[in-house]
Parts: sequence; structure tokens; C-alpha cells
Amino acid sequence: MAIAREAEPITSLREIREAGLDREDLLDVYRNMLITRAIEERGHTLYKQGKIPGSFYTGRGNEGSSVGVATAMGSEDVGTPLHRDMGVHVVRGVEPWRIFAQYMGRADGPTHGRDGNVHMADQNLGLIAMVSHLPAMLPVAVGAALAFRIRDERRVAVAWFGEGASARGDTHEGMNLAGVRRLPVVFICDNNQWAYSTPTHLEYACETLADRAQAYGFEGVVVDGTDVLAVYREAKRAIEKARAGDGPTLIECMTLRMEGHAVHDDAFYVPKELFEEWAARDPIERYRDWLRENAELTDDEEDEISTGVKKLLNDALRRAEESPMPEASDLEHGVYATPEELDTPHHK
Amino acid sequence: MPEKTYLQAISDGLRQEMRRDPRVFVMGEDVGVYGGAFKVTLGFQEEFGPWRVLDAPLSETAIVGGCTGAAIMGMRPVAEMQFADFISCAWDQLVTIAAKQHWRAGTAIPMVVRLPSGGGFSGGPFHSQNPESSFAHIPGLKVVCPATPEDAKGLLVSSIEDPNPVLFFEHKHLYRRIKGDVPDERYLTPFGEARLHREGDDVSVVTWGAMVYTAEEAAQQLESDGVSVEILDLRTIIPWDRESVLESVRKTSKVLVLHEDTRTGGFGGEIAATIAEEAFEDLDAPVKRLAAPDTPVPFSPPLEKAFIPQVGDVVTALRELAEY
Repeated sequence: MAIAREAEPITSLREIREAGLDREDLLDVYRNMLITRAIEERGHTLYKQGKIPGSFYTGRGNEGSSVGVATAMGSEDVGTPLHRDMGVHVVRGVEPWRIFAQYMGRADGPTHGRDGNVHMADQNLGLIAMVSHLPAMLPVAVGAALAFRIRDERRVAVAWFGEGASARGDTHEGMNLAGVRRLPVVFICDNNQWAYSTPTHLEYACETLADRAQAYGFEGVVVDGTDVLAVYREAKRAIEKARAGDGPTLIECMTLRMEGHAVHDDAFYVPKELFEEWAARDPIERYRDWLRENAELTDDEEDEISTGVKKLLNDALRRAEESPMPEASDLEHGVYATPEELDTPHHK
Repeated sequence: MPEKTYLQAISDGLRQEMRRDPRVFVMGEDVGVYGGAFKVTLGFQEEFGPWRVLDAPLSETAIVGGCTGAAIMGMRPVAEMQFADFISCAWDQLVTIAAKQHWRAGTAIPMVVRLPSGGGFSGGPFHSQNPESSFAHIPGLKVVCPATPEDAKGLLVSSIEDPNPVLFFEHKHLYRRIKGDVPDERYLTPFGEARLHREGDDVSVVTWGAMVYTAEEAAQQLESDGVSVEILDLRTIIPWDRESVLESVRKTSKVLVLHEDTRTGGFGGEIAATIAEEAFEDLDAPVKRLAAPDTPVPFSPPLEKAFIPQVGDVVTALRELAEY
């Protein structure tokens, strides 16, 4: 018997309005999900064309979860999104052309070619750049929440991790400290069922990862990660609860990683039936159906949104390809920060 | 000028910065009510409250990772590792995140990690290490190793002001053994400027931390033999003062590089290589290194004595150089 609460779906426009989104917001959510997927689909093509060095990761199947959580964040909140959370960058306002520039190692990407793929963040938009050691970001988000608590600010930090990362000690230490100090942090577990090729029964032995929250002294919730509105509502509740000083929440968003770990991996180890089952629950299609049923989404509106997304990405790609490659002479600059730089948005 | 112990100097410097800047806070194990394992933060919680002097769970990863996150949000955290040895538990937070974040993502991380280090009191393999060279190898970190009370305070203030992650190695054997004049007012001791501990003409010793005093005793013994020893205390090893080292080598033409850390891969190798590259023509003898042997730090007194370079070892090494 699971200990964590299971989130209910949202069944009406009235219900979601009460949770904070009007119809215009709902269409933005839809647009952001489309942009998220389109960035990764185009990235995949660019990779096959040999325009992206290194490797390439996508979060296909996780668009509802990443967009849902980011939509619930306030503008002053901060977060540490990981490699399946492109939707967070999109919602926070990272321009797609800069993401393509990042993919291609160009000078105008958020890391100016110093790091690749989703290892990026725009700190002006409240995001902290991830490292490959995924759970290592979790204590950093907890530390951001600690700063808010020390300064008595009504801000919240959001920490993302996967069910794979849940096995590492960083996750435990971060959650334990957050629980002990009741810090304003929300933990989002993207449970996509596969850590590279390792299935969940070889990763953890509890029924749900959200159950672990009780051991840290806070609430755990399991939510269908393909239901963007249910994710939004749970994230919103948790964020506002943290903002009010009532401590952390762990939200486990259940999805399936719809592609391999990275593009080189054909995911032969994932049963076909599992892919078929979850393909039928595609977060974008599910949400489009919901909008048609509950928010009277028209064909014209749908066309307008998808045409707009297509144009946005065409322009973005063109602009990214115009971006220069970084100068080799720049390599050794910036290993150390200078005192003047401390006047950044975070440091104010 | 009031005389203070090395430990009091660190404590005073930290307290002064906390009074001056509300962004400075301390997090570590037993730093609050107990005042820290070595009492550096004794009385701090009464003065600054429980949210600026945070007793953390036994979680080095969360302490350093948490301080990293707080630094990104504009705080000036000072993390305490109960013993420098325990920094191994926070390697990822320091090396994977804090050290690389600015170069990679333009995010400054103004954080200090205080590290009580060094042996000499039977602490054994896990309470005696000097892991500074492991971190000197990581671009993005700064590494500070004060030897005197005055420097301990001034370098701590500079470390807190620095916009980068700084590892502040405090030698435990100096805490209560070493006293010196420490100004009451606030002052900054700059990074990358060695201190001429003793002026001499015949042979140079380049060292830092507790080995400064070992070198000093050796130099005093050699004085009666007519050997004049110059001692250069590096104070910080990242950045390190190449110019002063080379200048001293050019003056004496003979140099001993001395450290308490183990020999292979120790920072002394970097110094010796630099001297060989930059001042080969000025040398009258091969550069000599004296360091701990390549073993873990032992517990039992005779073993520990054999591990840590002793005054007699330094005297022998300096004599060999002088006679070369």
C-alpha cells in the first residue's frame, strides 16, 4: 500500500481556473509543450545531419511534466532542471535560437560552446545549469532555498531529479536537510521508468519514490506525468505551500522515456508493448483532446498555434546557424569570477 | 597589537565578517551550540542566531552543495568541514559543480570551505590529511594555507570576499600552539603573494602551513654552522607566487621544496618543475623535495613521526644542499 497521495486529474475548465490558469494561459501551456517537443525533434534532425557534436538527449514523453511544473513557478522562483526538462527552459523564456546555438556548440548558446546539449541555464531567468552527475544538483537547489529562508524571502526553489538519480546519496542528503529545516523547496522526480537500460525494480525497492517523502518529514504525491494540468496543480500547491513556510514536497511524475537514453541508444531493452501503451498517453495529444473537450479549442486556434511554433523554430534555427563558433583564444578566460560579476541577478 | 592564537585569529576574522556583512553565514557539523569541534565558532550562535550559524546533519555533500546553492543566490557561505579529510564526501559539489560553474555557465560562486587539516597528534589516516594538492589540480578552485595568526585572519577575510570557491586549510597543529600579533581592525591579506618568513643567502626553503615552523627550527640549527637559510611561506598555493619563488632561487641558487602532504603528485612537484623550467640556469644544485612518504597518515607516534617531515630531516636536506 503506497503511503504517498495519488493526484486526481482535472476534469473541468472551472477546476483549472481555480488552480490559477485562465483559457489564455491554457493555450500558452499547449504552445510551450509544442515548442518543447519541436526543439528536440529538430535537434534530433540536426544531430543526424552531423551539425551537433557529442551526444543528444531528449525528454520526449516528459513535456507535460516539465511544462506543468515550470508553469506553476513564480518569476522570482529558481530551479535546477535536468536533461529531460527542456520544457522548463521554454516556459522560463530561454529563446529557442539560443538552445539550438547551445546544441551546435556556437558562441551564442548560454554556455558559449563550453558545455553541450541541455547542460545550460540562463541565470537571469532563475535557472541553474545542471551537471552530468544528476543528483548533485539537488543539494544546490536546497541551498538556494536555504538562502531564501535565511533572508526571509517568499521564494521557492525547485529541484528536478530522475528515478535513477534517486539512488544516490546526494538525493538523500539534500532531502534530509530540506526536511530538517523545512526549507522552501519542491522536489520533482521525473520517473520515466528507465535509468539508461536499468528498470525501476533494479533501482529501488519501495512502491513509489514519493513514499520516501514521509521518511524526510514532508508530503509525497504521485502524479500522472502525462497529464500537464494535474502536474501543474500539484506543483502549484507544493510551491505555494513552500512559499507559505510549510516546507518541502516531493512530487513523483510518472512517465515513460519514449526514446533511448540518448540518440545512440535504440532502447531495445524496453518492451514494445510498454512503448505502445505510453504512446497512447502522449502528453501533447492528451492535452489537445482535453482542450477540445473542456476549453473549446478550435481548429483555427490549433492551426494558428502550430504555425506560430513552426515559424518560431524556423527563425530560431536560421539565427542559430548564423551564430559563430567560439574562439579558441577564449578558452582560458573566465575560469575564475571577478568581484564585479557578483552584481548578477542572483546576487542582488 | 594584541597577541592571539592562530585559532583565535580565524575566529575573530570570521566574527568580524559576520558582523559586517549579513550575507555571511556558517554551516557545518556541531558549529552551533557546541561551537565547532575546535571551537572556532564558539559563541557565534548566541550572537548571530540559528539561521546564520547552522548545525547541519552529518552531510558533507549537503553542506557544500547547500552552500553552493546559497552562494549562487547571493549569500557568502562559510562551510566548515569538521576535518579536512571529510571533504572527500563533497567532491562532486566542489569539483563538479562549484569549480566549473563560472567557466561553464557564468555563475559566480563566492563560497569558503574551512578545512582543519594536518597531522602531528595521532589523528590517524582520516583526521590528519593535507589534501590541498588534490584541489590545486582543479581549475576554478582557490587554495589557501595560512601559517601565521595574522595571515589566518587576513586570508580568511580575503577568502570570504573572493567571488570564487576558496578552500581554506587551517592547520590543526597550529591552532593553539602558534601565537602572534593580530591587528584588531579589518584587513585583507592578498592571494598569490608569498611571505618572506626568514631572509637568508645560501639556500631557500619554499613551504607553507605548519612546515614553515619546522623549516624555521631547522634554519636556526644551521645558523651555527654558518648556513644562511631563506624561508618563503607561500600562504596560498592557488594562486601561487611564482615570481617570489624564482626571485629567491635566483638569489640563493639552491632550493628545498617542503610540504607535509605526500610526495607523489604533491604541489611541491609543480613548484620544482616551474623552477626547473624558469630558473635552471640560476641553480647550483638540483631542486630538492622533502615531503611525507607515499602512504596514508599513520596513527602510532613513532610511525607518524616517520611520516611527517621532522626538523632533523629538514636539517639534513638543507646541509646536503649547502654542501653540494
